[in-house]
Amino acid sequence: MRRVDAWVTYLQVAPLSLVFLLFLVVPIATIVVVSFFDYSTTQIIPAFLLQNYEELLLSPVTWQTYLQTLEFTVITWALTLAIGFTIAYYLAFYVRSATWQTVLFLVCTIPFWTSNIIRMISWIPFLGRNGLMNTALLKMGLIHEPLEFLLFSDFSVVLAYVHLYTLFMVVPIFNSMMRIERSLLEAARDAGASGWQTLWNVILPLCKPGIAIGSIFVVTIVMGDFVTVRLMSGGQTASVGLMMMNAMSLLQYPAAAANAVVLLLLVLLTVGVMMRLVDIRKEL
Amino acid sequence: MARKTNGQGREWGRRKVLKGAAGFVGAAVGSGVIGAPMIWAQNNKNIVLRQCGTGVSAFNEIAEKAKADLGFTLQMTALDSDAVVQRVVTQPNSFDIGDIEYWMVKKVFPAKTLQAMDTKKIKYFDKIVPIFTTGKLKPDSVIAQGTAPSTVGFVEGKESTTFAKAPTQWFTMIPTIYNADTLGIRPDLVGRPITQWKDILDPKFKGKTSILNVPSIGIMDAAMICESAGIMKYADKGNMTKAEIDKTIEFLIKTKKEGQFRAFWKTFDESVNLMASGEVVIQSMWSPAVAAVRSKGIPCVYQPLKEGYRAWGGGLALAKHLSGSQLDAAYDYINWYMSGWVGAFLNRQGYYSAVLDTAKANMSADEWGFWMEGKPAQKDIMSPQGKLMEKAGTVRDGGSFYDRMGAVSCWNAVMDEDRYMVQKWNQFIAA
Repeated sequence: MRRVDAWVTYLQVAPLSLVFLLFLVVPIATIVVVSFFDYSTTQIIPAFLLQNYEELLLSPVTWQTYLQTLEFTVITWALTLAIGFTIAYYLAFYVRSATWQTVLFLVCTIPFWTSNIIRMISWIPFLGRNGLMNTALLKMGLIHEPLEFLLFSDFSVVLAYVHLYTLFMVVPIFNSMMRIERSLLEAARDAGASGWQTLWNVILPLCKPGIAIGSIFVVTIVMGDFVTVRLMSGGQTASVGLMMMNAMSLLQYPAAAANAVVLLLLVLLTVGVMMRLVDIRKEL
Repeated sequence: MARKTNGQGREWGRRKVLKGAAGFVGAAVGSGVIGAPMIWAQNNKNIVLRQCGTGVSAFNEIAEKAKADLGFTLQMTALDSDAVVQRVVTQPNSFDIGDIEYWMVKKVFPAKTLQAMDTKKIKYFDKIVPIFTTGKLKPDSVIAQGTAPSTVGFVEGKESTTFAKAPTQWFTMIPTIYNADTLGIRPDLVGRPITQWKDILDPKFKGKTSILNVPSIGIMDAAMICESAGIMKYADKGNMTKAEIDKTIEFLIKTKKEGQFRAFWKTFDESVNLMASGEVVIQSMWSPAVAAVRSKGIPCVYQPLKEGYRAWGGGLALAKHLSGSQLDAAYDYINWYMSGWVGAFLNRQGYYSAVLDTAKANMSADEWGFWMEGKPAQKDIMSPQGKLMEKAGTVRDGGSFYDRMGAVSCWNAVMDEDRYMVQKWNQFIAA
């Protein structure tokens, strides 16, 4: 009897395990293996070389690019967190009626059902030299020369990131906030806590899982991105994703694979640290 | 939800990479009416030729016309140039005809997956523009730098992969389409005559210029600029030494840090938008992009420059595995390609075709005068798809075929120091 039970369990686990094995473990293992291969202009040569990693890690360009990517990640993370938290707070605690909460939540969400790329590209005519923003400012007499930093700059990259990814912060934080027992807030107030004290000592700690989940989304997406950087910086700024792109377009797959492995380790490390700080599983 | 949006981003990215690729350009369907001139063999209806190559010359119309005239089916697959190189080398049985560029020939022919063509079977061989045979457009021309087509046009024998110095009986590739590239400008916004490559460095255009971010071509545009500005002189812009690459990239980084560039473009549409929106007023461009800007009613000139053009060319090569009736069909196709209809079709897009006489016979005198002789158009000039390209009275930028192709300074190339160059180029983009 017990034996049959064990079989049933294995059967139940099998589909998911197979999916993971086929679509997660095998591809990543392949990337790791290829990252040690040699390559020429037209061929990938099976081998076991550390050269790809050496070339990658010893080049100042790599470090510069990783720093740049990390810088974008940190700035985007901080901004999306601040904005996302504020929006979630407003939705969860200021809006009283459940209907309005749903309506406003949808207002936040629906734009995110449109294509990622369309939302990004829409900024280009808006921010351009002869774009809406500059034209408006010029007409109002606030500036005399078009502002060049608005487009094809680090500013526009971060702006697009924040616009694209704030929702990933809003949703989990809002979710955490909705789970907070309202009586806890009343208790805090009864005990004489000010609004800020309640926010800092009660709400914020209880939102930690939401913040952690949102942060994982934002950080992993921004670190792996290449489209946003390329389009919004006008190709003037590098990112780790773009480095891989460039290598791949020249058939230097092993070099790109090595870079992917390094990036994966870095992202895993970051996520690991976040999980360390907040035990998501326990808090859910 | 989160995953989904993320996924969309990636999918788009992948599509972008294969841009211009768009997958299959379907072959013609109804073969019922083959009333076309029966000069071509019609006993090969069951033959399918798979052509794979860059999108430049993969036109639906050509596949349809081939089906009608020749009877066999032509399947065209368009890939980006790097993917073509890879496919030709690593999957030699996945295609029958490679539609590749001359600089690629240098890379792929030694891999022994292509076969040389017998010039005796090429009907119009003697009429091919001499750029592709002797290398000299006119008897007194000098062969330009870079991977000039004539330098990789012939091999020493049928089985050889050594490029011959002079024409032999064994042709590596039939030229199909080529052109001369230069800088595009917005004549209404530059406010001064543009005559040299170095004009892109004018402080007046600070933050209003762009070059393309395709390393192998971008570096050559950069070299044209460096040489024009007197920064350095190259022995061969198409095959730089490490020291030359270093110095060129150093110069690019300095120029970038000074804020001379507004953006670096990678795809056709980006270059069109940069120009049309006025973000840049002078930049590297491809000729169809200039036409696209003009079709929006915005003035744009493909400016001829004193130092000359950077040229490129593509052609058709035969896969090694072709034999028997398939090989015959491939030769039929090649001979048909050069018999005039396709040439006229390509010339009308603003490209050049390999055999001029036959193309001329398929074009009106006015069309020929405008596209090839640099004469003002008598009537409105239409594209093969029936779209207005130029109004009556216009003269083609750069003038006649001989003015343009005679002023080629270098050809698109692949350098021996390719790998090093790309590393340095990444450094420039990251700087």
